[in-house]
Amino acid sequence: MKILVAVKRVIDFNLKVRVKPDNSDVDLTNVKMALNPFCEIAVEEAVRLKESGVASEIIVVSVGSKPCQEQLRTALALGVDRGIHIETEDNHESLNIAKLLAKVVEQEQSELVILGKQSIDSDNNQTGQMLAALLGFSQGTFASKVEQKNNKLIVTREIDGGLQTIALTLPAVVTSDLRLNEPRYASLPNIMKAKRKPIDVTTPEKLDVKLKSHIQQLSVSAPTERTAGVMVNSVQELVDKLKNEAKVI
Amino acid sequence: MAILICTEHDNSQLKPETLHAINAATQVGDELYLLIVGYQCQRVAEQAAKIQGIVKVLVVDDSCYQHHLAENLSNVIAEIGAGYCNNNAQYTHIFAAATSHAKNTMPRVAALLDVAQISDITSIESEDTFQRAIYAGNAIAKVKSLDETKVITVRTTAFDAVLGQGGQAIIEQLDIMYNLHLSEFISEDLTVSERPELTGAKVVISGGRGMGNGENFTLLEGVADKLDAAIGASRAAVDAGYVSNDMQVGQTGKIVAPDLYIAVGISGAIQHLAGMKDSKIIVAINKDEEAPIFSVADYGLVGDLFDVLPELAQIL
Repeated sequence: MKILVAVKRVIDFNLKVRVKPDNSDVDLTNVKMALNPFCEIAVEEAVRLKESGVASEIIVVSVGSKPCQEQLRTALALGVDRGIHIETEDNHESLNIAKLLAKVVEQEQSELVILGKQSIDSDNNQTGQMLAALLGFSQGTFASKVEQKNNKLIVTREIDGGLQTIALTLPAVVTSDLRLNEPRYASLPNIMKAKRKPIDVTTPEKLDVKLKSHIQQLSVSAPTERTAGVMVNSVQELVDKLKNEAKVI
Repeated sequence: MAILICTEHDNSQLKPETLHAINAATQVGDELYLLIVGYQCQRVAEQAAKIQGIVKVLVVDDSCYQHHLAENLSNVIAEIGAGYCNNNAQYTHIFAAATSHAKNTMPRVAALLDVAQISDITSIESEDTFQRAIYAGNAIAKVKSLDETKVITVRTTAFDAVLGQGGQAIIEQLDIMYNLHLSEFISEDLTVSERPELTGAKVVISGGRGMGNGENFTLLEGVADKLDAAIGASRAAVDAGYVSNDMQVGQTGKIVAPDLYIAVGISGAIQHLAGMKDSKIIVAINKDEEAPIFSVADYGLVGDLFDVLPELAQIL
């Protein structure tokens, strides 16, 4: 089975983002960027499926400007075989990304696509589901366990209130949730090896995908900050405050 | 403006989250249609018809929709959403509450309709302009939809629930079949709890890595029992394997906004704050007085949770 993994370059998850003074967007100049944490989990799952003999080849794809090749290299260092960079401006809408990915999936004839469930910048949680719709594939979102049984993919999903297990007919799209796995660290020899792995560069034009704007971002503002309240010295004082001051109990 | 609202239910009960989505929809227009897709879900339809301000309840009932699988469901919603309702008016909006169920299904609907989805909105400025949190709630984007049909999921904590009674809507059965056989339900393992659900509870008490292990979460139960509170956890506690992921409060878990949120042994990582900072009153209990959680707490108590929790349970 050929697996395609889609990844996104985002702000490092440890950093707190700042809004530009003119409220046009967030400020990402000179900010450390990294592989989106959920995408890292997706890559790890693909590598494990290859190690267990389920997958024969793993291809990683990213959509964006040139620097996203750094994140493709990160994925290659974790065990992915080759990369595809769809070069275009950053921050395309989910539907456009899904359309570009759908074209690559068709070209590569991959039977399984794994993505992170959401990116930590736009927090949309859409691309995998949209991709599955465009391709007419089955979908297993928010996966915490994936295994192949006969010709089906058995996916355990994190849902409100617990877990759900479903069987997917291949080809399928899977999106990763937090507990799917714990991603490995790339070893130095693998980082060196990744430099020689191929990355093909293509464009929306070459893929013959017309991109359309569906959403206009009017402004970005900082949320109203909560201010620190008071420190109490005892449990009794806390209960008194909650009863008499805040009146919430 | 005709608005289609996708309901969430378990074939016998309407989920309360839907009432919040309906409230959001009323801020856009007043011609509201509720869609129920399921199997043997007559009771849900009757319940839905009683909600105030609904024009019509549309019901699609077939055994292939029993488990609400995304592939079949999204095709039904897209077909109805793209069609016409009464008076030959076309639906301008499709609303759903941003639950894990809608997060699974609605983007698929949007793609089938070739429109965007605006996820998890927290406020409505006009019929096409909405606010939503990005970067784990560290920025608020104001976005305008350019699509004819707007697919929108609603953050339930940002909108009050409408009344579930007093209405008398017409129920209409529709015969739409999409049995695609793409995925198949095997099993469900739901946490059975006497406590209120995390996203709807008036009081939430959450434990973090400071709890030390999963067994110590029973200390939270003593307090939760007294306050009729739901129990949550930080991602750190989930990652450490103390408790299951459905208890996770944060950017990558559930978003809650109760009247009272008690954070115990939680340092206050950005990703956790994203899930609870809209709570009315926040209490932080932590032995590290430098913990960032204190900077957002209304009341902070520096102390060992193993002493504080039993005492709190006793005094309450």
